[in-house]
Amino acid sequence: MTNTYTPTAKSLHWLMAILLFGLLALGFYMHDLPLSPQKLQFYSWHKWAGVTAFLLVLVRLGWRVTHVPPALPGSMPKLMQYAAHAGHFMLYALMLAIPLSGWLMSSAKGFQTVWFGVLPIPDLLDKNKELGDLLAQVHKILNLLFVAVIVSHIGAALKHHLIDKDDILTRMLPRH
Amino acid sequence: MKRFILALALAAGLPFAASAAEFNQVQTDKSAIYFTYQQMGVKMDGRFKKFAARLNFDPARPTEAKATFDVDLASVDTGAPEADEEVAGKPWFNTKAFPTAQFVSGAVKALGGNRYEVAGKLTIKGKTQDVVVPATFTAQGATGVFDGSFTIRRGDFSIGEGAWAKFDIVANDIQIKFRITAASAK
Ligand code: HEM
Repeated sequence: MTNTYTPTAKSLHWLMAILLFGLLALGFYMHDLPLSPQKLQFYSWHKWAGVTAFLLVLVRLGWRVTHVPPALPGSMPKLMQYAAHAGHFMLYALMLAIPLSGWLMSSAKGFQTVWFGVLPIPDLLDKNKELGDLLAQVHKILNLLFVAVIVSHIGAALKHHLIDKDDILTRMLPRH
Repeated sequence: MKRFILALALAAGLPFAASAAEFNQVQTDKSAIYFTYQQMGVKMDGRFKKFAARLNFDPARPTEAKATFDVDLASVDTGAPEADEEVAGKPWFNTKAFPTAQFVSGAVKALGGNRYEVAGKLTIKGKTQDVVVPATFTAQGATGVFDGSFTIRRGDFSIGEGAWAKFDIVANDIQIKFRITAASAK
């Protein structure tokens, strides 16, 4: 087994990193804007990009289960290896749960999602104001959790690179 | 002379005969005014919670029917409190200056069956437009139900000015749907 990720896994990783960073920034930014055509535009873009991220993570999970990633270095303490696996599991779980909660929230609020203004995504829930507000809260809390996990993810990658001086970071980079 | 008295009796009796079948007691709790529109390709809907209606409709004399609606624009329910507030504001309905929208019927045409066409004047935000409203009427004993829908262009009434004036986010066409239940007078 080579000590690197497949080009497909790397592409999906970095493509989603950019997309998710944009989604987080846009999400937190648009939320506090006063109602305006611009805000509605941002909401639509956010929803379109969010549905795209959901589809990408499905592809990515499909790739992940059929392509074993390189093993963690044996020099890593067992506890740290568990922490790494748990962290990655959390990232996948949140990448699924966040767009799902967004979709359900939009359904409950009665604002259907029409992907890129063309493809209507079915509403899974009936219009229900209380449920909509609750799901907005869920979407927000999951996102705050996501930010925390991403920060530790990046922190861990940098620690491996700068302190442990192993190849954990570089093996996810394009030309490794 | 006998004939004259008969004619008089008939003439006197006629209004009663007519009003017996006239539907003119609007039951607002069983009536509703909705609207639908497109927002960036997404179908949205809402309704007005408060309106007053006066109506006289005799199925035997449909062309003499009359209807007046006064819709309390501040009672708009878009499904989101933030949007309700926005729509009541100056660029949209400007409910402070123009609290009600009014429809006053003019000529009524019977199209056959239970279908009718009501011409009328619709006034919103100080602007009056001629509209033609197709409607159906279904009697269920002593009550009758009017259903119909028609489309207005919000631009014609300056609903959504300034940043909202373009139709790329909120479309120009607004469909108004109504269901009015009226009882016949005793
Ligand atoms: C991985 C994908 C996604 C990420 C990272 C993400 C991120 C965010 C963030 C950070 C917020 C701000 C939360 C707040 O401050 O309340 C937000 C809000 C929102 N998101 Fe997402 N989102 C994603 C997917 C989706 C999807 C798929 C939809 C709908 C189809 C969606 C609909 C919304 C809506 C409507 C809001 C505004 C909530 C409000 O104003 O109360 N999101 N999102």
